[in-house]
Amino acid sequence: MNNLRTAFPVIQVSGIRKTYGRTVAVDEVSFEVNDGEIFGLIGPNGAGKTTTMECVEGIRKPDRGSISVLGLDPFRQVYKLQDRIGVQLQQAQLQKRIKVWEAIDLWASLYKKKPEDAERLLDQLGLADKRDAWFMNLSGGQKQRLFIALALINDPEVVFLDELTTGLDPQARRAIWELVRGIRERGKTVFLTTHLMEEAERLCDRVAIIERGRIIDIDTPQRLVDRHCPERTVVLATDDLAAEERFRAIPRIESVVRSDMQLTIRGRGEDLVTEVIHCLSENRMRVTDFRMIVPNLEDVFLKLTGHSIRD
Amino acid sequence: MLRGLWKLTWIEIKVFMREPLGAFGTIGFPVIVFLVIGRVAGRNIPAPSLATSSFLRLGLPVLAALLIAVSSVISLITIVSIYREGGILKRLRATPLRPQTILTAHVIVKLALTAATLALMVLAGKRYYPIGIHVPWFGFTIALLISTLSILSIGFLIASIVPTARFAQPIGAAILYPMIGISGLFTPLNYMPPVLHAIALALPMTYAVSLLEGIWKGDAWSAHMVDVAALAIMFFVCTALSAKVFRWE
Repeated sequence: MNNLRTAFPVIQVSGIRKTYGRTVAVDEVSFEVNDGEIFGLIGPNGAGKTTTMECVEGIRKPDRGSISVLGLDPFRQVYKLQDRIGVQLQQAQLQKRIKVWEAIDLWASLYKKKPEDAERLLDQLGLADKRDAWFMNLSGGQKQRLFIALALINDPEVVFLDELTTGLDPQARRAIWELVRGIRERGKTVFLTTHLMEEAERLCDRVAIIERGRIIDIDTPQRLVDRHCPERTVVLATDDLAAEERFRAIPRIESVVRSDMQLTIRGRGEDLVTEVIHCLSENRMRVTDFRMIVPNLEDVFLKLTGHSIRD
Repeated sequence: MLRGLWKLTWIEIKVFMREPLGAFGTIGFPVIVFLVIGRVAGRNIPAPSLATSSFLRLGLPVLAALLIAVSSVISLITIVSIYREGGILKRLRATPLRPQTILTAHVIVKLALTAATLALMVLAGKRYYPIGIHVPWFGFTIALLISTLSILSIGFLIASIVPTARFAQPIGAAILYPMIGISGLFTPLNYMPPVLHAIALALPMTYAVSLLEGIWKGDAWSAHMVDVAALAIMFFVCTALSAKVFRWE
């Protein structure tokens, strides 16, 4: 997705560990986020996503390990760092009765850099008609959009988004995804966390899967699926009685299960579909239904952890 | 270093004034208590005895001033705990804002509030208590602000230990109001049991009362340097302590 650009890391995390009392929140976590990409840290609630992100943002200090963001030590040079990044925190609030424009105005005054044009930002985020509204009277989606506006007001080089769309309805969620893609198009790096696999799949250039404080694998969503879940399934309906035998004869196909007129064909690799279609046309079989089941990140997660992300 | 301080302070003032009960509870309540006590006391005792008139002359204004300070402090404790619980403190911290800027803004708001309430009370009091006219108001205001600052630092300590926002107000009240009780305002320190006396000497309220009474009576500031020093020491000790134990989330 950003293959044309020379990828160099703007965030480097190596071997961090953080404990709260006896609970180990994250352990041996290492990864890099490249310039201009959308990088997602994905995993269930309590996996250590927020802890990891807050260590990178400089608002938490890891017990061990090292972090570098834009060449800065996030904990020791936290104010220098805050000047160059934009942060949206999970479940953050503002003063109940602060007005939208006041929050934007306050944030704009905090940074050394010349702030973005606030009016344009509000306009882009669809908040222009809410500029005089109190924070408490905004809807969930509007609050999140305001937090995105605050995260962008200083024209940051890296934007951190923690569980951005949690609690939003599907429509608001899609609108926010569009905004995040827009952030990348402006040349910024985005580091986000989510427990929604669909969000990660649609948004992220690369993802790291985290579970119980440890990172299990990192790659593009597509490559993760190919690597961990190469199984493909074709479900079709045909009244051709010889169909089952013909499919069984194809070496790549591992199993064919017949139930009435419906055949479920399982195998590995992307070519499975081609071979099934080839077989269908060669034998001029009459097909009344045809669909493919392609695994996604959800399946990768299930495979790697042995349980669903929703458990 | 204090980038954003004035903007944040101004926003906090506006946000506070929009709070329907906040503004009334903090500014209105002490004024009403003051007026009610004054009227009741004034009416029921047609020929004031020496003791009552001394209380009306000196005790009541100081009590009213302390109530202003305490309600400012309780409002600070409440706001800090609400901000912490709602993640507002954390959100503000994830910016170039320094923690001390955030807290200083709140202190300024509370001091402004104290001064505003005092002014309102003086205006209201003028109608009912002609006695107050010849009092050094400027000095008294300064004395009250110094006292409030010292008590505010205790407020930060309390705000650090309050578990949730729901308990902030009652816990703050339960700690601060009894301090007024043993501050020497009602019973002179020398008549107190030794234990209470010792506790009273460790509390800022005691020095605040002594300072406020003195300035109200027209004493010179030089006569109350001990009080000012004690209030200052308590301010620094409590601020240093709360810097250690203060929780942002």
